Amino acid sequence: MRIAHYLNQFFGGIGAEEHAGRGLEIHEGAVGPGKLLESLLGSDARVILTFVCGDNFAVEHQAELTAAILEKLRETRVDLVVGGPCFDAGRYGMAAGAICRAVQTELGVPVVTAMSEENPGVDLYRDALYIIDSGTNVTKLRDVVARMAALGKKLAANDPIGSPTQEGYLRRGWLRDQLVEKRAATRLVDMLVAKMKGELFESEMPATSFAPVPMPAAVRNLSKARVMLITDGGLVPKGNPDRIEGTAATRWGSYNIGGSDDLRGEDYEVSHGGYDTRFVQEDPDRLVPLDAMREMEKNGVIGKLHDEFISTCGRSNPLSNTRRLGREIAEKAKRDGVDAEPALAAALRSQPNWKKQASRWFKSLPRCRSQKWSDPTA
Amino acid sequence: MVQITSALPIAKMVGSNRVVLGTGIVHVTGDAKLPPADEKELRRKLVQKALDALQSNEKQ
Repeated sequence: MRIAHYLNQFFGGIGAEEHAGRGLEIHEGAVGPGKLLESLLGSDARVILTFVCGDNFAVEHQAELTAAILEKLRETRVDLVVGGPCFDAGRYGMAAGAICRAVQTELGVPVVTAMSEENPGVDLYRDALYIIDSGTNVTKLRDVVARMAALGKKLAANDPIGSPTQEGYLRRGWLRDQLVEKRAATRLVDMLVAKMKGELFESEMPATSFAPVPMPAAVRNLSKARVMLITDGGLVPKGNPDRIEGTAATRWGSYNIGGSDDLRGEDYEVSHGGYDTRFVQEDPDRLVPLDAMREMEKNGVIGKLHDEFISTCGRSNPLSNTRRLGREIAEKAKRDGVDAEPALAAALRSQPNWKKQASRWFKSLPRCRSQKWSDPTA
Repeated sequence: MVQITSALPIAKMVGSNRVVLGTGIVHVTGDAKLPPADEKELRRKLVQKALDALQSNEKQ
């Protein structure tokens, strides 16, 4: 089996943080953890190529780095690409995740990586990749690489892959059909009884958990603040120019409201398959309250209403996607110098699982902004 | 950021720090049952409440 391996500057033996700006180096043969990987995979496994790159360079030049690695791997055939393990190193995880995903998508070569659950790379790539749960303890390197090797071997051989618990990878949010002995009601009661007895049981549908979001500080001087309106209720100009999907939206749009005091139904439509949109269609101010906000601006309550509102659709969307949308929208708001955003959530209906997902992007907004925006008017 | 929503449990679950309860899923900042003038007044109040929340450091 021929393997290519991606490492950061630290595991690649270049050095610590002071070398994080180093560009891509390509080595023939195994380096550092790659040697361990080779030995654990057995005699027919060889690490043909090792890519080493500084963490800062990797994140700042992700597209360039990924393209260089893809180019090299087009020339040199490999059976498996391994990234990391990255433990809780965020930049490393993001780079390894991006590279693994690109290799998998562009070249169709199996990939495996490893990170701790809290690594931001997990948020970004858990849907797309098998990510072995490495924990945060680097002294467990050998165990982690052993699990990567075992899973990598199966992936390369196209063998069936077991559940996250069996294989040691982080949950990908997939549901898989499986034949079982007992029907759902019986399994449920068994779990309940185990729970009441204080015994161990494994839920078939673990709830998504959300880490606390630090609260951005209050806006000090609202009469000088620039305010932006954001909605996930799917309001878009007639014709839906950005083609924002009414389910699992992958895009958001920003739409000009400069000089306008009121939103009129004939100029807009609603791209959202999750609620009865007739009322918003009749008067879009019921979702994006431009008329009231314009009054606030005229009366000097707020400094300025931003000339664009942001819209996407919050329905039935995987977290990896909504997080990206949230980050992108937060970056846009930051770029445009916005101080305060009322976000308007509409249309989150009664199925708990996708409700969570649909509104997840709100969470990433304050998180992205909390460092720089704590005192926008001071 | 402040979130105006009619799905309060979700806002709580995902950890929104400033939440104002809207008038309904189908018209968060309106109410189709009210005459236009009253609906607009309602919207003014909602928006004012959201702006008040932005100026407060209390979780709400």
